[in-house]
Amino acid sequence: MTPNLHLWLIPVLPLVGAAVNGLFGKRFSRQTVSAIALGFCGAAFVMALWIAAQISSLALPHVELLAPWIRAGDFQVDFAFYLDQLSLVMLLVVTGVGFLIHIYSVGYMREEGGFYRFFSYLNLFMFFMLTLVLASNYLLMFIGWEGVGLASYLLIGFWFTKDSAASAGKKAFIVNRIGDFGFLIALFLMIKHFGSLNFVQVFRIVGGMPAEVAGAGLLTAIGLLLMVGAAGKSAQLPLYVWLPDAMEGPTPVSALIHAATMVTAGVYMVARSHVVFDRAPQALMVVAIVGTLTALFAATIGICQTDIKKVLAYSTISQLGYMFMACGVAAYSAGIFHLMTHAFFKGLLFLAAGSVIHAVGGEQDMRRMGGLRHHIPWTFWTMTAATFAIAGFPPFAGFFSKDAILWRAYVSPYGSWVYWLIGVFTAFITSFYMFRLWFLTFFGEYRGEVAAGHGDDHMQVVSGSRAGAPAPHQHGHGGIHESPKVMLVPLVILAVLSICGGWVGSERFDKFLSPALHAGVTAYSPDEAAAATPAPEPKEQGGSESLLTGISVLAAASGLFLAWLLYYRRPQLPQEIARALGSFYEAVVHKYYVDEIYAAVFVKPLIDGSTRILWHGIDRDVIDATLDNSAEGAREVSDAMRHMQSGNLRSYAGWIAAGAAVVIAYMIWTGTR
Amino acid sequence: MVPLSYYLVLSGILFACGVTGFLIKRNIITIFMSIELMLNGVNLSFVAFAAQWHALSGQVFVFFVMVVAAAESAVGLAIIIAVYRTRETLNVDRVNLLKL
Repeated sequence: MTPNLHLWLIPVLPLVGAAVNGLFGKRFSRQTVSAIALGFCGAAFVMALWIAAQISSLALPHVELLAPWIRAGDFQVDFAFYLDQLSLVMLLVVTGVGFLIHIYSVGYMREEGGFYRFFSYLNLFMFFMLTLVLASNYLLMFIGWEGVGLASYLLIGFWFTKDSAASAGKKAFIVNRIGDFGFLIALFLMIKHFGSLNFVQVFRIVGGMPAEVAGAGLLTAIGLLLMVGAAGKSAQLPLYVWLPDAMEGPTPVSALIHAATMVTAGVYMVARSHVVFDRAPQALMVVAIVGTLTALFAATIGICQTDIKKVLAYSTISQLGYMFMACGVAAYSAGIFHLMTHAFFKGLLFLAAGSVIHAVGGEQDMRRMGGLRHHIPWTFWTMTAATFAIAGFPPFAGFFSKDAILWRAYVSPYGSWVYWLIGVFTAFITSFYMFRLWFLTFFGEYRGEVAAGHGDDHMQVVSGSRAGAPAPHQHGHGGIHESPKVMLVPLVILAVLSICGGWVGSERFDKFLSPALHAGVTAYSPDEAAAATPAPEPKEQGGSESLLTGISVLAAASGLFLAWLLYYRRPQLPQEIARALGSFYEAVVHKYYVDEIYAAVFVKPLIDGSTRILWHGIDRDVIDATLDNSAEGAREVSDAMRHMQSGNLRSYAGWIAAGAAVVIAYMIWTGTR
Repeated sequence: MVPLSYYLVLSGILFACGVTGFLIKRNIITIFMSIELMLNGVNLSFVAFAAQWHALSGQVFVFFVMVVAAAESAVGLAIIIAVYRTRETLNVDRVNLLKL
């Protein structure tokens, strides 16, 4: 038996931080609030490192029972934590990147109201995310899953006095509910058919089942429903619409929740449930197709966005699509590898974008930036590293992970050259829009209003409306300026990780994860291993791998070249192209009108139906009307009856006589019948 | 022998007279007498049936009714005197403090 790792401390530490800051933070100074938030978050990171350090001496998977939770007959759910290679990787990514972003936030949020609230939410998010990652059963995972949704909602709507932020928070929450609905039904199916939600037990039972090669069955249903949940949380088609809007939140939130960690929870969940997916090829195919289409779809939208954070948001959706593509061809380790490198470079991209926004005084529109590389060199160089990483240039981190995904998509028994082709094309688009962002922001002439020197009036106005705080970044000291050190240190660390993070190599990463991702199949069911093994058996060897790698690097390079041509060399060309493309360009600018279509197809009928039928029709005309009318009726009847109580003795006598006459008449009538 | 129906018709007439007097008269003493009339109309039918069926219970009932009627008249007359002392009228329409 392995020593007691006290895994429970890892999620609980940030929870303590959240509670202390949330309850008493109002009275603390900003330094105290930061110290508490960073201290508890850092402690979780240190614990994760401590566990990682003794990984070789541990018997994984390691299950730690904290307390029983639900006991109902044979069914039981515990507060228990599960550590294997997969959750360890997630643990390190979440605590590591999370800690860096906490540091960054201290600088970024320095001028903001609700400082303690922000850090309390941030720590709360860490608690739920770590619960999600460490849970040993689906229900506890679901708690974390819902909790990160809550934290995301709270942080997107952090500037809640701003209408767009409040509604973006609501949108994220509601769209996520749709996904969670699928997840929940998958859990119900598991309870009904397996009688357990425990990973170990569920996977043992599923492991004994044959792969559903011939036709869809229970496992396919569970897999698809889990994928619905994952699509909601990880912003895949058709539920991705909340993520771009989520950029209303503060930039560190976008970096932490909506790029590095929370949105990858879906990928983690699919990888964690790989035993189910391995036996449901149809579900796997759906995962792959959704991922591939999302990657391409979101990337094309990214081309035309002008808001620096929106570009990154669509880029995130697109990269998540890659991860699902990897999971969909049963290359889970490649997906998790990309998840890790993506956490580094996309976290960095957001933080650097935040630094840019900070520098230019709250401007987010790239058309009003430009030429910033001399003003903010640290931001420029770190962002450059991240841009090259996401575009997939060797030897940056993104190259290794993306290449692993594309290679697996091509050779995996579940893969196909179609996935590969779309993937490479998406890589080209990715490279193009990322370098477009890079050129627009850092090269050419500064196109902003001449805020640089004498923008003080403007800033005064904005800081006057601090209560609403729509533009958080204006503060008195005008001019384009580099961010403080507390923001630059995380940038530099993440830049180093973006460069070196991929050097571990997908092969070694795969081998490290294999006990959690491949061996599961053999361990749970030796007989089925041959039939359902997800280990890819390469169709082709050696030479073609370097050829494919060469093509994807070429795609990245041509993206760079095209961006250079259009946005550096001939900056008037994009407008001409846009004009030439006409309505298609319009459609892309308007994000293919997806939001409008959803509004027309789902939101409007729902609101109309609720208003006309449920509110006006049922609530007002039936329920309220019944109550009102019966009250009115009782009042009218009593009003009429009141006149009988005249106090006139003889009229009483008359009523008695009349009543007696009626009774007698009735008796005679019934008697004679 | 006088047939039963004669007694019953007479009893009905007496009762109807009582009801009518009760309804149309304003003097409280007359109303009181009308009540007695109704009671005696009923009493008549009781004894008629008792004679018809040779059953004693009908006659016993009549005695009860007479006792109750006597008690009632005692109480009723006391009330009438009390009413007359306070309101100086025997007209029931003017004893209307409870009227709306």
